[in-house]
Formats: sequence, C-alpha cells, structure tokens
Amino acid sequence: MMMMAVAWKKTFILLQVALLCQGLRYNDLYDDDLYSEGMYTEPAEEEETVTVRGDSEYGSLWPLPLKVQMSKVPFRLSSTGFSIVDAKESSVGASCSLLQNAYRRYYGYVFANIRGRRHEPRSSDIPELQVVITSPDSECDGYPSVTSDESYELSVGQPYAVLKAPTVWGALRGLETFSQLVYDDEYGAKSVNQTMVSDSPRFAHRGVLLDTSRHFLSIKVILANLEAMAMNKFNVFHWHIVDDPSFPYLSRTFPQLSQQGAYHPYTHVYTPADVKMIIEFARLRGIRVIPEFDTPGHTQSWGKGQKDLLTPCYSGESPSGTFGPVNPILNSTYEFMSQFFKEISSVFSDAYVHLGGDEVDFSCWKSNPDITKFMDQHGLGRDYSKLESFYIQRLLDIVTTTKKGYIIWQEVFDNGVKLKADTLIHVWKGNQQQYQAEMTRVTSSGYQALLSTPWYLNRIAYGQDWQAIYKADPQDFHGTDEQKKLVIGGEACMWGEFVDATNLTPRLWPRASAVAERLWSAKEVTDVNDAYSRLAKHRCRMVERGIPAEPLFTSFCPHEYKGV
Amino acid sequence: MLNVRVRPYSNPEVSFFLFIIISQLGLHTVTGVWPLPQSLTISMERYSVNPKDFNFGRNSSTQICSVLDAAFKRYFSLIFPDYISENDGLSSHDAKPFSLVVSLDHDDCEGYPNENSSERYTLIVSAGKAFLNAETVWGALRGLETFSQLVYQDYVGAFFVNKTEIEDFPRFQFRGLLLDTSRHYLPLNSILKTLDAMAYSKFNVFHWHIVDDPSFPYQSRTFPGLSDKGAFHPMTHVYTQADVRRVISHARLRGIRVIPEFDSPGHTQSWGKGQPDLLTPCFRGGIPSGIFGPINPALDSSYKFMTRLFKEVTSVFPDSYIHLGGDEVNFTCWKSNPYVQGFMQKMGFGSDYKKLESYYMENMVNITLALNKTSIVWQDLFDFHEPHRCLSVVAVWKDGCYLCEVRRVTKAGHRVILASPWYLDKPGPTHNWARYYTVWPLAFKGQKEQKKLVIGGEVCMWGEYVDAANLSPRLWPRASAAAERLWSDEKQTYSVEKALPRLQDFRCKLLRRGVQAEPLFVGHCRQEYHGI
Repeated sequence: MMMMAVAWKKTFILLQVALLCQGLRYNDLYDDDLYSEGMYTEPAEEEETVTVRGDSEYGSLWPLPLKVQMSKVPFRLSSTGFSIVDAKESSVGASCSLLQNAYRRYYGYVFANIRGRRHEPRSSDIPELQVVITSPDSECDGYPSVTSDESYELSVGQPYAVLKAPTVWGALRGLETFSQLVYDDEYGAKSVNQTMVSDSPRFAHRGVLLDTSRHFLSIKVILANLEAMAMNKFNVFHWHIVDDPSFPYLSRTFPQLSQQGAYHPYTHVYTPADVKMIIEFARLRGIRVIPEFDTPGHTQSWGKGQKDLLTPCYSGESPSGTFGPVNPILNSTYEFMSQFFKEISSVFSDAYVHLGGDEVDFSCWKSNPDITKFMDQHGLGRDYSKLESFYIQRLLDIVTTTKKGYIIWQEVFDNGVKLKADTLIHVWKGNQQQYQAEMTRVTSSGYQALLSTPWYLNRIAYGQDWQAIYKADPQDFHGTDEQKKLVIGGEACMWGEFVDATNLTPRLWPRASAVAERLWSAKEVTDVNDAYSRLAKHRCRMVERGIPAEPLFTSFCPHEYKGV
Repeated sequence: MLNVRVRPYSNPEVSFFLFIIISQLGLHTVTGVWPLPQSLTISMERYSVNPKDFNFGRNSSTQICSVLDAAFKRYFSLIFPDYISENDGLSSHDAKPFSLVVSLDHDDCEGYPNENSSERYTLIVSAGKAFLNAETVWGALRGLETFSQLVYQDYVGAFFVNKTEIEDFPRFQFRGLLLDTSRHYLPLNSILKTLDAMAYSKFNVFHWHIVDDPSFPYQSRTFPGLSDKGAFHPMTHVYTQADVRRVISHARLRGIRVIPEFDSPGHTQSWGKGQPDLLTPCFRGGIPSGIFGPINPALDSSYKFMTRLFKEVTSVFPDSYIHLGGDEVNFTCWKSNPYVQGFMQKMGFGSDYKKLESYYMENMVNITLALNKTSIVWQDLFDFHEPHRCLSVVAVWKDGCYLCEVRRVTKAGHRVILASPWYLDKPGPTHNWARYYTVWPLAFKGQKEQKKLVIGGEVCMWGEYVDAANLSPRLWPRASAAAERLWSDEKQTYSVEKALPRLQDFRCKLLRRGVQAEPLFVGHCRQEYHGI
C-alpha cells in the first residue's frame, strides 16, 4: 500500500517553519494600524517549532482518486518501447481521433524530460498502456455533458497497464491519472509502481470561470488554461465572454456588437473560428464550454453596437446621455434577444447557457418616465425587482425555445422568477453563513445548485490561501440528503478587473487545483498536510508541462519555469 | 477576505467613468514619461521619426564607449518595436532624417556605476534632431530611456516625437530592487529580464539577496561545498561564477549596480550544510539537539571563514557596497549552548545577547572595511542601541512607524535606505500600486542635513511565495510606482489620479517590450502580452 516516489524523496523534506512571526520577514497580519513606534516585540522566547512534512503515500496524485492501491513494486517505461494503445476489446479504434490525440498528448507529458539513456526492453518493463472503452457508445465524437460518465479503472502491472472506462470521458481522466503515477527513478528512468485505481468524480460540474470582458484574453492563454484544467480534471469552462467593459464575441447576426463594443474590432475579438477552436480544444479534453451572456445588467458594451437596447437614464426631465440595463419595456429588446440567443444556441454546443442576471442597478430604470409608465400599466407598482423578473421571465422563455437549459446567478432565484425545473442556480454572494443558507434555500426549493462564493480566486491574500479554498465544501449546509444531491458542483471564478494574460495563469494555478480536488475527490479527503505534499508536486508537474503555476511556499521544482 | 464584496462594480457610474478614461488611454496618441522627469516641457509640435533614417550620433569626445554602443543597439529596437528590416514599409511616405546626438562631459565608459555616479541629463528634441547631454554615460542611459518613451506611433504605425525639453536627475541616489534567490531559485533568465525592466523604470541597484536559510545557490570558488550541499540542487539550482559575472555585466550595461547580500549570523541554515562547525549547535537538556542556530559567534574559525568568504565575494562583486544582513537573529539557540554562554561571561556581556550579536556584526563590518567596502545592515543592529562606531548604511525594513525609525537612524548620523513600505511580495489589489506610490520618505522632522542621509529606498520581492512563474507580474508595474517616488520630484508626483493615466500608458509600453506587467484595472493595451 505504501509508496514513495523515489525521485521526490530527497528533495521534498520540507522544513516548514511554522509561521511564527520571526520566521517571516514581517508580521503575518501586517496590519499597519496595529503597530506604532516602539511597539516592535522581541521574537518569542521559545524553541522554534519545526514540523517535518513527509511525502504523501499517494505520491503526486491530484485530485486524489476515489480508490488507490499502490505497491512498492516498480516497473520501468521505455521511451522507445512504451506506447499507449487501444486494447483489442475496446469499442473504439484508431478512428477515434479524440483518444489518439490524447495518447499522443500524454505520451509527450510522460516523456517530456528524458534524461535516462535509452535501454533495451527488460522483463521488468511495462511495454504498453492498453485502453479499453467498455460501453458500445464510446461518445468519441460527441460532446461531454453534465451526465457524462467520467469513471475509469486503472491497473498498472504486468504484462500490461490497462485503463478501462465506459466512455472516452473516463478514459481522458484515467490517462491523466496514469501520467501522474509516472516518476523519474534515481537514474532518471521513467518508472511507475504497481497500482490499482478505481475512480469517479464526486460532483458532475467542476468549472473554471474566465472573464474575457474586463480584460481580453488571447486564444493562447485560454487554451493553456484549458490544458491546465484537464490536468486537474476540471470539466467545465464557464466563459464569461462579455460584460460592461467590452464585447469581444464576434456575432454573425449582430457584427456591430463587437465592431463597436470590443476594445478593438480586430485584435480584441473572438471570431467564430476562434470560438469553434476553443470548443473543440475543450472537447478533446473532456471539457464543456458554457458561455455566459449576462443580462439585463452588465451590458454597457452591448449598447455601443445595438441602438435602443439599453435603457436611457434620465436626469430630471430629459435623458442624461448615459444608459442603464437592457430596456425591458420594448418589444425590440426581445426580438433582438431571440435572434441573438438563436445564434448562441447554434454556435455553442453545450446543452446549457449561462444567462447571468446578477447585480442589476435599478437607479436608471427608476429615472426613466417610460419605464415608470410601463410599470403602472402592468401593475408592477414601484417594485423594480418585479420588472427585472418580468424581463428575465421573457428571456428564459426565449432561451427555452432554443432547446437550451440555463444557469443563472442566484439573484434571479432570490427575486422569485419562475424557473424551469432543470435550472441551475449559481450561488456567489455573501459570507460562509450566508452562502450556506442560500444553498439550503435553493435546494429546498428543489433546484440544482452550483457554488462559487468561496472560490473567487481573483481575491488574493498573502500566504497559503489555497488552504481556505481547499476547506470549503459545497455540501456543508443544513439540508436533507435529497437536498445535498441537488448540489451538482462548483466553479472557481477568476474575475478580470485586475487580471489579464500577464498574471492570470499563476494566479489561477495551483489555487484552482484546490477547488479541483474538493470537487472531484471524496468528501473525506481533507488532510491539509497530505494535500500540501501532493499539491506541491502537482504544481511542479504543471510547471514542467509549461503552465506557470505559482509556488505554495519556499521550495523548488526539479524543472523550474522557463517561460520568462 | 471571505466577507468582502465580490465584484467591485457596486457603483456603475464610477466604474464606467474609469472605463472611459482607460479606453482613451488605449489610443496612445500622447505619451508621458515614467518616472516623471524633474523638468519637462512637451509642445504640440511633432516631428516624424523614421526608423530607416534614424541614427544615433555622438560628439567627438564620446567616440569610444562600449556601454553607449550596446545602449544604441538596445534602444533602437525599443524605440521602433515593429521595425524588422530595411524593407519594412512603415511610415516611408515622408521620410526625414532624425538624429539623436549624445555628448558626455566625462567620457569614462569603462567603469561601473557607483554611489557617486551622476545620472543627470538634459534632452532637447527639435526638428530632425535631439541633443542628449549627460555628465556620465550612466546619465546618458537614463536619457535614452526617456527618449524611447517620448517616441510614439500613430494609427498607421508612423513614429513621432514631440518638441521637448527635459532636465532631469534623480531625487535619490539609491533606487534598488531586491530579489530573493534562496527561498526559490530564480533562473538566470528571470534575473536578466528583471534587470531589463529595472532600467525601464530607472532603478539603479540590484540588491541580490542571494542566499538565506532555505538554499545557498551561490557557487563559491573558495568554498564549493556551500552550494554543493546547500543549494536546492548542486547542478541545476546554482549560480556559477560565470552566471554572476553575466548578471553584473548585464546590469552594468544598464547603469545598475549589483549589491550582494550574504545575510548573517541568522538566516544561514543552508550555510551549515556545506560548512561544518559554522553554525551554533543548539542544546536541549545539556546535550546537542542536532539542530543548529545562527553562525557561532564564539569561535575564531567563524570569523576566519567569513573573512575568506568575503574576500572572495568582494572580489567577485565590484560594487563598493556589500549587504551584511544582520536581521532577525533568534537568540534561543545561542542561549542554549554552554560554550556560547561561557564566551558571554568571558566577554562580559552578561546575559545580553544583543551585545553578542553586535560583537559579531562589528567584526563583520571590520572585515568588510578592511576590504575597502561600505557595509549595509538591516535595522536590527541599530535598534540594539549599542554603540555603532562602524555602522554606515542602515536599511529600514520593519513595519509600523518606519519614518520614526528613519528619523532615529539619521539623527544618529547613519545613512538610510528605506524598504519598509515597499514589500512587493504582498499581493495586490490590497497592496496596489497607489499604496507603493503614496510613500513620503522624507516626511519626518529633521534638519536638511539629516534628510540628506536618506540615500534612497528599495523594493523587496521576498521569495516565500514567488518564483519564476509569478515574479514578473508581481513586480511590475507596482515596482514602477516606487521607482517614480525615488526618482521624481515629490511635489509634481503627489497625485495618484494624475499618475494613473501615465502609469497605465507605461504599463502598456512594458507589455510592448515583453515585460509581463500586470494590469492596474479594467482596460486594454493596443498590444497585449503574448505569453501565457
């Protein structure tokens, strides 16, 4: 059962000086106001507590699989002899380009840093990883969905290593796990210990949100982060593609939206070809792409290319020249939305679209006399949340006709809008107590819930903040077992106010990895020390694969980041 | 952090207002200079500058100067980032020649920048010609940087520069940036790239915190065991002598001094691995516990070792300053050691271990004095209130009322380098650029002469949570905010609001030059960062 990757043993005897103030160069709290002249305190007069952090018995596996049995029996992989192949009994063959592509990718990861000499195959070698898709429908040419089966079984031993999965989606996860089992022995040869893994995710929806409106993110950055997501078994890319500051989505139906609303109409847009490429790149890694077109608020950039879409704000009797949320009282608004979402439903293949609905500011609606009149006519009084509901209701009807399911931010639920039974409510607000109460409310109403509140990774703090991220659990709230089952997962969010290509990737990784394990691994996997050991190695692995993932703490990687 | 409001968009008017400002910044029609020159007059009259017909000239006495040659080569590409070859079609329609003529009062180009180097320059841009005059080549480098920031491109890609007059000199002589290569090893390339970016912000000191507790990457030719045993890896995670020379020469060409820090007697765990008997054995219950503390101050062999090491270090690093550290010494281990206790009795220190550390540091200062070097120490030593005959430069690093400390240290007649408010390893946006900008290093009560003792400041990038993966965006452009505080006139650069558009623009320039500088807020640059 016990196993330690030899290559790591020497290097990761990490003395973690418990975060005593004197161990660091400044006080942990660094609250300036706490100190005044002459208040510097002497270092505590006690033995320094030093804890030696050992290696995890699970090596560098991340996220931790459901069941792992490892032995100390090592086998070698030869870069010349080893291959990843379809097993004879597999339901797919060479025509499944998704798998062929994945075999090549993982071969590359495993043999990225060959330092050992090539050697003739020996009896202690594993010559092949055979991949078996067991279900008649491999889903090789399909798209992953919320119901996709990502389970797999991996058996590493002689004569072959075997990976069995019902569908290609499980096979992708299993390939990642296999690649994480491989290590360099003391001579630099690629080795893997005899291991049995049986694995499936705890939650079906494990997402990362990227915001491409506040700052434009190049295709290259998005693709690199999809790669990193696959390394962490994330399966949803929530693409917050447009918002107030810019509209980079190039719409075929309404090209003026990005022509006028993007930061630049050519260099700062996503063309249909870009979008298609991102969706396919994600599909090949078992990742769904869910676009968010947030309305009626967060739409300033929409107004530049679409006249009369936004509500004109009034200052006294006359329009002030500024605009508010989408204008909910005009038929033209709904005609526009019908056409727009018709396009979206065909461009984006996923069964879900995120409709936003958060943070609608009512002051502009309040100022507009036409809106006031409309509200009177429809008996809405002065309750602007009812007007918002009126808008959302019609929008949901429109999106329903496109045969898409929808996800909405929690405000829409809070405001009592009538929702389809399969609507996902995305919880993002409040402190721990508040979001847990919200999870209770959402699930007791019978809706499925997604959690993001504790995982706003754009918020950063000095120190090891991954631990708080790691400790949050989406099923920690008051509710019945039935309610808990309605939690289908969560998302790590990287809002873009202060983030672009220069700092996105190190800010996201490995902090998002903490979310990944929470969403994939069993609820009981909560040992922070064990996680530290595995995550430190996992972060070095990401670095070796070209992802500039930032360090957890003082340490080193055998292969440091070379990108800069 | 969990309770903080999440999406900082609570006030749409404000955010939209900012958004408009930033959108306009993207246009790049008029550029500023960062850090702001002491005196700057830019008129609306503009001249085209064509890469095909642009040349650097020099006056007759400035003919041979390798630092200038290298600078011309660098700055040509920085001024014309798109220019690839003679066949490049950009802005060929109204080609007029333009030359930038450099003249130096002292044409000594062979040395290293030092604590007295003048960085003063004047730059006059007129039709077809710019005159850059400086006392030294180091001043000329600052002027070239300024000129490169004055040139801008219009929408079709043609280059222009406006009629300009600049007189410039730094407010503080010492404008440093600390990198910590012990807590995480930084590949050579990361250091060189940082030096490039430092020159863009007119930093002039690279404070190399090269070794510390976690690792000893400096490969010593006198004591190779130090890095063999003390580096994270003896082959891949070390700085060879050639690496160090490369850093020093790369820095010199950019007018940057390299000051190494070999911090002792604390922060030396990694030293002990390759140098037996250097560290103090800690005792528990009358016997050695197997754990080691600071350098053993009671043994002659420690001073002999340090003398030999510093003899090497001072020959490798040409700067006249050396940083001796001396911070955060934990006395617990010394107290536990009977031999150290005996030494305390012998020396008449009683039970005051500050006296012991002062004794050790005084020895260190004397060692470096004998090697003709000026030593910098962290403030701890000063705070011991022992007599400091030999103290010369004190680096103030502790939080709290750091200006009170600056006042005390200067009152005692020592020179000061201020670091406390510029710990950049703390991440934004809580520690955003404005926080580092609104630092007033001389805002303490004191005579003019006392204030002159504040020779500058430095930004510190400690390495607990930083390595090559996140170093650059954590440094830039926040370090640039401190750079302006250290270079520019305080009255002219008092306002965060006025600085914002210039810094936004400068950040886009950094991106254009390949520096991974993070955004200040929502917005865009015409050319975004191309890496990941």
